[in-house]
Amino acid sequence: MAAGSTLSGPDIVETVRRRWMFRHPLAIRLAHWLNVVCLAILLMSGLQIFNAHPALYWGAASTFDKPFVAITDDQKDDGTPRGIVYVAGHTFDTTGVLGLSNLNGQPAGRAFPSWATLPAHQDLATGRRWHFLFAWAFVINGLIYLIYGLGTGQLRRRLIPDGDQMRGFGSSIREHLTLHFPEGEEAKRYNVLQKLTYLIVVAVLLPLMLLTGLSMSPGVNAVVPLPELFGGRQSARTVHFIVTNLLVLFVIVHVLLVLLSGVVNNMRSMITGWFVIERQKLPAGSGEVR
Amino acid sequence: MIEGPMKPRLSIPKPHRRGFLTAAAGLFGVSALGGCDRWAASPAGQRTLKLGEDANLFVQRLLLTPASLAKEFPDSEISPWFKPNGTIEPPDKTYKALAAKNFEGFRLRVDGLVERPQDLSLADLRALPARTQTTRHDCVEGWSAIGKWTGVPLSEVLQRAGLKPQARYVVFHCADTMEYATGGGDETEEKTTANPGMESRPEGAESQASDSQAAGAEAPAQGGDDEGDEAQGTPVRYYESIDLTDAFHPQTILAYDLNGKALPVSNGAPLRLRVERQLGYKQAKYVMRIEVTESLNGIGDGKGGYWEDRGYEWYAGI
Repeated sequence: MAAGSTLSGPDIVETVRRRWMFRHPLAIRLAHWLNVVCLAILLMSGLQIFNAHPALYWGAASTFDKPFVAITDDQKDDGTPRGIVYVAGHTFDTTGVLGLSNLNGQPAGRAFPSWATLPAHQDLATGRRWHFLFAWAFVINGLIYLIYGLGTGQLRRRLIPDGDQMRGFGSSIREHLTLHFPEGEEAKRYNVLQKLTYLIVVAVLLPLMLLTGLSMSPGVNAVVPLPELFGGRQSARTVHFIVTNLLVLFVIVHVLLVLLSGVVNNMRSMITGWFVIERQKLPAGSGEVR
Repeated sequence: MIEGPMKPRLSIPKPHRRGFLTAAAGLFGVSALGGCDRWAASPAGQRTLKLGEDANLFVQRLLLTPASLAKEFPDSEISPWFKPNGTIEPPDKTYKALAAKNFEGFRLRVDGLVERPQDLSLADLRALPARTQTTRHDCVEGWSAIGKWTGVPLSEVLQRAGLKPQARYVVFHCADTMEYATGGGDETEEKTTANPGMESRPEGAESQASDSQAAGAEAPAQGGDDEGDEAQGTPVRYYESIDLTDAFHPQTILAYDLNGKALPVSNGAPLRLRVERQLGYKQAKYVMRIEVTESLNGIGDGKGGYWEDRGYEWYAGI
């Protein structure tokens, strides 16, 4: 990195210097954190709802004897209970987490364990109330985000890769694999993998969650034939569950990369808006040092 | 090439502040998990959580017109087995006596805020205009089954009885005893863990949740005394309610046939309600009496249905 132009003396003392960028406007920061709350509650109350009938099917109606996925419990040959996940003909032993887990110290047959559901105990009615209230919060928050993002051009700038970025696709993958992230000018914008991932989440996965969710509403079905988009109501329910898994995967990778690429800088930028794009070791006396 | 530091309005967080924030966030996260359940159980929490239902009803009423029909399927899509849920065999003596004689003695009572109370036999109901519809039944638990229903539109019956001007709700009183009210305070806990579907996990500490409806069907079977007895308390029977918007919808029928045959006992014989734009628990089975009311207060716990009294939404369009 080049030294500052005001370099004056022969003595070189290294000191920390940072270059800041105001990266996240208030509307985006608010939308982000509201989304964190909404998605956490939607996930946990959704698992509560799933537990009421822990099986998935394809088509309009349920094929009870032939589920696509089922999470249940049965007994091993020696009579001890075990939790199992059944996926398209394959059975996996998931004792302790899925199908059979501890509740108040006792093994209980339940698809998702109590620590993952809201409420913790089995209570479909309250799970549904949480789910629908926060589905509304999620939709309203999402609409404000989209209107703001489209109106200000933030969405295009943030989510659509620039031409030169598409050409640098390979090197961006390399950067991620070696955990070397760009600094300086290049850090002013999201890299191409970030942009494409966020684009898929914002434009595909989250809208899919809304559409498959509404597909399960018999009232909405009488107005718009949404389930047919997905091959029937049970297919829509299955897609709702699959996309949930994709979102959980996204969140895991997202949080991991936030931690690996400078957790303080990332967290500060999503809380205050300010992001350090460059840190330099500079000679002493070179202008304002903070 | 330093362009002069773009100074943020906030100074760089000092380590101790950073540590404090992290700790606070962690504490908040952990307490939020347990706190959510406590808050949901509080009156303020329950009022807030109900806002979602209110919004659903408001928006769906804006979108739905009398002409918005639930999808009707071709007969080829009829489920080979229409999963019976809830009560599958009412334990009540009066009901058993009716069933033993093929419901010859059955009379549907229509009363409340009507000009001309009615007592209609199955033959009377079958003589009225009929509607057949092959629709998808969506259980609140998440599963679906497709069946072909034939029955008399509820509007035909209500028009015959003539509604009084104050009429706002139609309440369906059913034959099946779900449980016996003991009047004890521990009833509340059971109520909140109950589950309308009868698909249930056979074992496990929590199976009482989804089994409670089935258990409700079993418990009375021991005594089977229609009026209850000292030991068991007052029978709590299934009931449901809809408002006039749904009552006069063309697909709202009192069904006596399923898939071209007389409704089996497990699916609600002799008569069950079909409100096709709502979930399964609204489709009351074993309907004995239709009461037209101005309010839902004073019936059951006043929430408009057996499951509604146990925390489920009265408006089940989602």
